[in-house]
Amino acid sequence: MRRREALAKLTGREQYVDDLPLDGFLWGMTVRSPAPRGRVTGVRLGTDVDWSQCVLVDHRDILGPNVVALIEEDQPVLAAGYVRHVHEPVMLVAHASREAARRAVRSIEVTVAAEPTALDFRAAPTREQIQYGTDNVLKHLKIEKGDVDRALARAPVVVSGTYETGAQEHVYLETQGMIAYLEAGVLVVKGSMQCPYYVLKALQHALARDETQVRVIQTPTGGGFGGKEEFPSHIALHAALLALKSGRPVKLIYDRGEDMAATTKRHPALVRHRTGLSRDGRLLAQDIEVVIDGGAYVTLSPVVLSRAIIHAAGPYACDHVRITGRAMFTNAVPFGAFRGFGAPQTQFAGERHMDVIARTLAVDPVELRRVNLLKDGQTTATGQVIQDGTDRLAVMERALELSRYREKKVEHAAFNATHDERRRGMGLATFYHGAGFTGGGEVALQSRLRVAGRADGGVEVLSANIEMGQGTLTVFTELAAARLGLEPDDVTIAEADTSRVPNSGPTVASRTTMIVGGLVERAADDLRRRVGLDSSARGPTVKQAIRRWHVDHPGEPLYGEAAYEKPPGITWDDKAYRGDAYGAFAWATYVAEVEVDLRTCATRVLDFTAVQEVGKVLNPTLARGQVQGGVVQGIGWALMEDCKWQDGAMANNQLTNYLIPTSDDVPAIRVAFLENPYPYGAGGAKGLGELPIDGPAPAIVNAVAAATGADAREIPLTPERLMELVDGPSEVGAQHAAPLP
Amino acid sequence: MSTINISFTLNGSPTSLEIDPAARLLDTLRYQLSLTGTKEGCGEGECGACTVYLDSLPVNSCLIPTYQVRDRSVETIESLDPAALEAFERCGATQCGACTPGVVMTAWWIHRHAELLRTHTIRELMAGNLCRCTGYDGIIDSVREALGEGGRV
Repeated sequence: MRRREALAKLTGREQYVDDLPLDGFLWGMTVRSPAPRGRVTGVRLGTDVDWSQCVLVDHRDILGPNVVALIEEDQPVLAAGYVRHVHEPVMLVAHASREAARRAVRSIEVTVAAEPTALDFRAAPTREQIQYGTDNVLKHLKIEKGDVDRALARAPVVVSGTYETGAQEHVYLETQGMIAYLEAGVLVVKGSMQCPYYVLKALQHALARDETQVRVIQTPTGGGFGGKEEFPSHIALHAALLALKSGRPVKLIYDRGEDMAATTKRHPALVRHRTGLSRDGRLLAQDIEVVIDGGAYVTLSPVVLSRAIIHAAGPYACDHVRITGRAMFTNAVPFGAFRGFGAPQTQFAGERHMDVIARTLAVDPVELRRVNLLKDGQTTATGQVIQDGTDRLAVMERALELSRYREKKVEHAAFNATHDERRRGMGLATFYHGAGFTGGGEVALQSRLRVAGRADGGVEVLSANIEMGQGTLTVFTELAAARLGLEPDDVTIAEADTSRVPNSGPTVASRTTMIVGGLVERAADDLRRRVGLDSSARGPTVKQAIRRWHVDHPGEPLYGEAAYEKPPGITWDDKAYRGDAYGAFAWATYVAEVEVDLRTCATRVLDFTAVQEVGKVLNPTLARGQVQGGVVQGIGWALMEDCKWQDGAMANNQLTNYLIPTSDDVPAIRVAFLENPYPYGAGGAKGLGELPIDGPAPAIVNAVAAATGADAREIPLTPERLMELVDGPSEVGAQHAAPLP
Repeated sequence: MSTINISFTLNGSPTSLEIDPAARLLDTLRYQLSLTGTKEGCGEGECGACTVYLDSLPVNSCLIPTYQVRDRSVETIESLDPAALEAFERCGATQCGACTPGVVMTAWWIHRHAELLRTHTIRELMAGNLCRCTGYDGIIDSVREALGEGGRV
């Protein structure tokens, strides 16, 4: 089936939040902190603005607790006299004219009595930098399996390495935005978001309104990638506060500069590996330390850290594993959810480390992976027994074959011997990604979903899971239609409006198809039961029974319902961090071919192969698009997306100097799927959306190392960084590598 | 605020408007004329989401002061024939859709000027339109399909 809303998007008819007609509204804007930490000593309104025409809001206008409810209640809606990061919201302004609102924001001067800041998450904080607990550690987690110290002491070889990954900006093409207005006493907030019920909860809490007084509606969302998981709650609250104070509709849309500067990014990370091995490369012990930069509030850092450490040991069998993780408080703009959610950082480190090990032991990188890849019956770091029947060696072999890995290596040796200024190389990464919430997370969510029978015999799926480009509308349509034997045109998907749809959980964690899709199937089954049919009834019989039910029950709603049920045999101990971390893992091997220009140290990805086992592929065009998009986002993170920091805020917050890949920067991405249907996923599917961002960076950096010999351990591997590794920090190299002014 | 009056051709129809002299063409189209098919992605001419044709040439409407279109011709995504977009629908050219109208405008311009493919690849010609979802393959494939077999990738 083709993407349902494709034609509306192609013709520009799809209406995003800033496209919706809205009468008599005010433009909302945010006044932000200029300083990374300190007491707010003054807010001065300039004399160049007619303030009688402006609506102003500060923390005193918040009726409930001044917090954006999430994991912890530590982040204020608006700073109340104290700021912890640059760009922290301090005040809100609304005006009928967008330009006048902008002038008003510029005219407000916030002064802060500066205090010592913690800006390097890698360094132990000094006493005066401590602002969270006794050590600035937002969260500490540990996984232990076997006896690592003993195994390391006995290992014939120990290989150590330290790896770093930078922040990444989401650059969803539609910037964040919300509109808010009152309708018969009910506060209505509409906008670009992944999780309508997160926004609802945050609004209810801080505005002291019950569920009947707030309604949240998702508008078509122009990309999310995690950036619209937790952050939209802030904008929703800001727009709502201005609407409540002014009594008028308020539209609050970030421009690109504000969006890049003030919203979340991927957590920067530092990962240290100490690995014990036999001389032929079998893993005997893995000791891994993971540190991530959380920024100035807790936000989602504890759960990002959780996914980071669970994926840190890679898809390998090892009896003795210790992984410690820390998320650090710093006075940086808080980091947040981004596709992959910690796993790309630790798998970059792990897969680059595998190649460092291979070079140290003088074994082939493919052989090193082959001897260590998990086989059915073996366990992951958390002790989860893998027995899904997937042939992980076949996944790797297919990738080597499609990429012509072995032939290309021979060709590259000849190429490199005959070219002075160019070097080519191949690199691979073998990795996995757990789908759905971690551990007991899916149970805690208690997701519910409905499939309604319409009077005309068709059905409507009522879910809180949203379309942001990944294909929810299409996949839910296909699943409901297939289950009941209906045509896609018989199925509609309800707008994600919290006054109508049950809470089927957030649209995150590669869970929508695999887990919520399963609820679509079961709610469809329940609907069929309610109209008196058994599970063999399909198509016209189902439609007719639904129509008849409505004739017999005039005016009554007809729903089939489903609630999440844990697949059998899954256990998780959150205290010990042991057990079945995920219902299912997707498995992959990616291969990159690169060419480095030794004059500029620019790296070009010449060819890229992505092979994965994701259960049953439900919609080949959508699935391929997810992989290709994720790979290209990963190429950006690996080579060019370089956040420059000043006082913990992004200094290059423009698409002019924060570069993402264009069509001319990347090759066609070759995609292949091996299918091993997952019995507890919708239609046999496993989660797919995040997997493709885990593999590109290590595959590419391994390829650069193979091409040039440069032992790169940090991304983004910009030409400047690579030049230092290739040439050493020579005078010329140092000039090239100078930071931006 | 003083306004100025301008006349221009919009999607083939003569149009006369009172505008703010500082207005961007993008804002005039979106907020004054309610032609919201043209999107803002970056506001500084980097992403191409706001691509329209000015006298038949693709431009970033965020960089064009509206007064500059006086007596000229502007075409927006709303002027395209949806029937021409079948290949884009089929090949996965759109995911979130925010870059899509701009992508389609550039793609359609390539379609109108197929001679460009003698000197440029589709990847080069599409490089002014950033997309964060598709990885570009769906877009490139669509353009090639729409062009028939002639398009070099």
